[in-house]
Amino acid sequence: MRKFAVSLVALSGLIVGTIAYAAGDAAHAPSQNWSFSGIFGTYDKAQLKRGLQVYREVCSACHSLRLVAYRNLAALGLDEKAIEAIAAEKEVPGEPNEEGEATTRKALPSDKFVPPFANEQAARSANNGALPPDLSLMTKARVGGPDYVYGILTGYKEEPPKGVKVPDGMYYNAIFPGHNIAMGPPLSDEGIEYADKTKATVAQQAKDVVSFLQWAADPYLEDRKRMGIKVVLFLLFLSGLLFAYKRKVWSDVH
Amino acid sequence: MANGGSGSKVVKWVDSRLPIFSFVDHALREYPTPKNLSYWWNFGSLAGVVLVVMIVTGIVLAMHYTPHTTMAFDSVERIMRDVNYGWLIRYIHMNGASMFFLVVYIHIFRGMYYGSYKNPRELLWWLGVIIYLLMMATAFMGYVLPWGQMSFWGATVITKLFSAIPWVGEAITQWLWGGFSVSNPTLNRFFSLHYLLPFAIVGVVVFHLWALHTTKSNNPLGIDPRGPQDTIPFHPYYTVKDYYGIGVFFIVWAAFVFFAPDFFGEPDNYIPANPISTPAHIVPEWYYLPFYAILRAVPDNFVGSWIGFGYIIVNAKLAGVIALALSIMILFVLPWLDTSKVRSGRFRPVFKWFFWIFLLDVAILGVCGAHAPDEQVFSWFENFDYLTLARITTAYYFIHFVIILPLVGKIEKPLPLPTSISEPVLKGGGSAGAAATAKPMEKA
Amino acid sequence: MANSTTATEGGGETRRDFLLLATVAAAGFGVAAVAWPFIDQMNPAADTLALGSIKVDISKIAVGQRITVKWRGSPVFIDHRTAEQIKEAEDTKLSDLKDPQPDKDRVQKPEWLVMVGVCTHLGCIPKGQKPGDRKGEFGGWFCPCHGSHYDTSGRIRKGPAPKNLPVPPYKFLSDTQIQIG
Repeated sequence: MRKFAVSLVALSGLIVGTIAYAAGDAAHAPSQNWSFSGIFGTYDKAQLKRGLQVYREVCSACHSLRLVAYRNLAALGLDEKAIEAIAAEKEVPGEPNEEGEATTRKALPSDKFVPPFANEQAARSANNGALPPDLSLMTKARVGGPDYVYGILTGYKEEPPKGVKVPDGMYYNAIFPGHNIAMGPPLSDEGIEYADKTKATVAQQAKDVVSFLQWAADPYLEDRKRMGIKVVLFLLFLSGLLFAYKRKVWSDVH
Repeated sequence: MANGGSGSKVVKWVDSRLPIFSFVDHALREYPTPKNLSYWWNFGSLAGVVLVVMIVTGIVLAMHYTPHTTMAFDSVERIMRDVNYGWLIRYIHMNGASMFFLVVYIHIFRGMYYGSYKNPRELLWWLGVIIYLLMMATAFMGYVLPWGQMSFWGATVITKLFSAIPWVGEAITQWLWGGFSVSNPTLNRFFSLHYLLPFAIVGVVVFHLWALHTTKSNNPLGIDPRGPQDTIPFHPYYTVKDYYGIGVFFIVWAAFVFFAPDFFGEPDNYIPANPISTPAHIVPEWYYLPFYAILRAVPDNFVGSWIGFGYIIVNAKLAGVIALALSIMILFVLPWLDTSKVRSGRFRPVFKWFFWIFLLDVAILGVCGAHAPDEQVFSWFENFDYLTLARITTAYYFIHFVIILPLVGKIEKPLPLPTSISEPVLKGGGSAGAAATAKPMEKA
Repeated sequence: MANSTTATEGGGETRRDFLLLATVAAAGFGVAAVAWPFIDQMNPAADTLALGSIKVDISKIAVGQRITVKWRGSPVFIDHRTAEQIKEAEDTKLSDLKDPQPDKDRVQKPEWLVMVGVCTHLGCIPKGQKPGDRKGEFGGWFCPCHGSHYDTSGRIRKGPAPKNLPVPPYKFLSDTQIQIG
């Protein structure tokens, strides 16, 4: 029985190792400390607000966030008026008018974030043929998740390593697979002025915006982990009771 | 009969018209079960529980999912973001698929170790293999539904396998697709079939349990019960043991759902399907990896070269497909490949080794399936890539079934079997000289 | 054959029963806790709830003008009533009404009439919103399907409809904006 258990554990290790290995290929983005990591991880609302500011002032020029609705920003602590104001900055298609012509209206909190480009072709045309991907799920859609995205944002080098030729229109990035990325370095020290007066270094902005993107991809992270603790503790308790009862029932057989 | 007291009139009234209470009594309470079953025997009930949870969560998800290529991905994200507790139900379902295969693989390997496929349980084993095949089809189609990059490209790779069939392959593939590539008709019909097949699984499970109740359960010693002294009623002993097993199992499942919900998944599947952009590595879900390795392992013209037919060209693709099919079909023949008269691996010292080697072989095949074939296995050793490793382990996989099992059964000297289940099993495998050993396998 | 209900000592039996009770209670609690998400998931989702209330800018609606907005899948008539229409509505004798309701019970500000534009007979949308529409004999709305006539307060006056046009929950956020729902 013990041998079986040992073998099973070894096998599981092999399987886990395989899955982890299969998942992890090229990205060697160094691990960062995130407030949302671990069993007890949570989001820092102040950080999410700063990240939202970075997204709006820097990233949203090219990157859409089409799965997030303006009303979702209530989770960051923004009130109704603030959300309405953010939404109202953008126009969305409205109902056709009496003559059947297309109209536009101001975005409402119930609308999703308005993309910067009308379609893929417009996006490519404005970005040298490259398509800036939507960011709603970015931290879930890449191996390495938030570490990877942080690595990209902070992975630009002034000069590529000796002997490395970077094609025209591309930039050298230490983390991006292949090292040639079409996006120019989006962040710069003091590039934006945080509303809460935090020093806006590249690292700070990257940390904040990645935390924001993690929230955009996984808005129920806190609920999930909180519920998980309760569920696992309850199941441990219930299993304990069941084990005790099992022993009692089996006492006349053993 | 156990039911007494209040309600027994109602019970009698119903039972005389539809013997449901007697049936439950007989099948679940009285059912004589060997008293020595270990926890390895919990995994059947665990599989049943997972099946029920998958059906319930699946039906609920289907209330919110849209099986159209323009809306599928977004409808899943809507479930994750807008539907009350949608994220929870989706993660339970998603991780439940992995739990289902985990539990079923342990269940299958338990059967292999203890000879549960042997006479008189061959049909029970067959029904199990059929359930496994249905599970693979169901899970494959389910993975396509979110319409991510891996959904689309995994579907493309696997459906294209059918085109390897000579003459009719292309026609079959287009018939499967409903078009000229994996597209909306494909997605829509996969949704329909994904909803249907679990109920087919339920049907086969009913037959599986019926067959089990006909032959009765095997046990770790592999010897048949001699009489009532060797068995105990299923209730309350194994009901409570099963409940305990379910409690522990739910902890494992919950750990993934709540703390690592994307552990078994591929990040690429959070990118909407793009038919004109192939992901760098197309990897199936972990439970297919050994078979994926076998599929890619067969060299070009392998079969053609030693059969030597001129006009029937068995190319690598078709050979891989055949190898893949054979690797599962061979399970059907297992009861006859294993020639040993002794059921349980516990008394088969040589077989035991080969069982663990086989398990290791399958695990290594899985590792191969996860890697690109041209990648080197060890960074410090050249000219040994995963393709080579996959070929070795694929060959061994078939050797285990076709050569080793038949030979070991004939050559091996099994340990002496205990006289009965109730007799204490003597450690070290030497029973007292005077005691007659039990006949290894008795007809039921 | 081992009989599961054989009583051992009284103490053992009691402990087993207590354990059983505790276990069943815990399991029952677990089942109830698990059941709730599966029930709640059928309730309106967050995006549906977000569209459950709308804000309407009424600053551009001239006196005597009517607009239609969509709310929870139904049309809502917003009528900027003229002084005559208001007087007509207020002066009506309750005994003349099939579904008696004074005008003041149907409006928050007399010049603004807000109603769900679905005929209470069988669900058609009454005419009267557009300038050229038939308004019926009472100056309000006319349902072409089976000939129900509504007055300037949206009350049923003639025809098969049993009830007045329903007034949805709404409030004035300001003089220029109302929130419906």
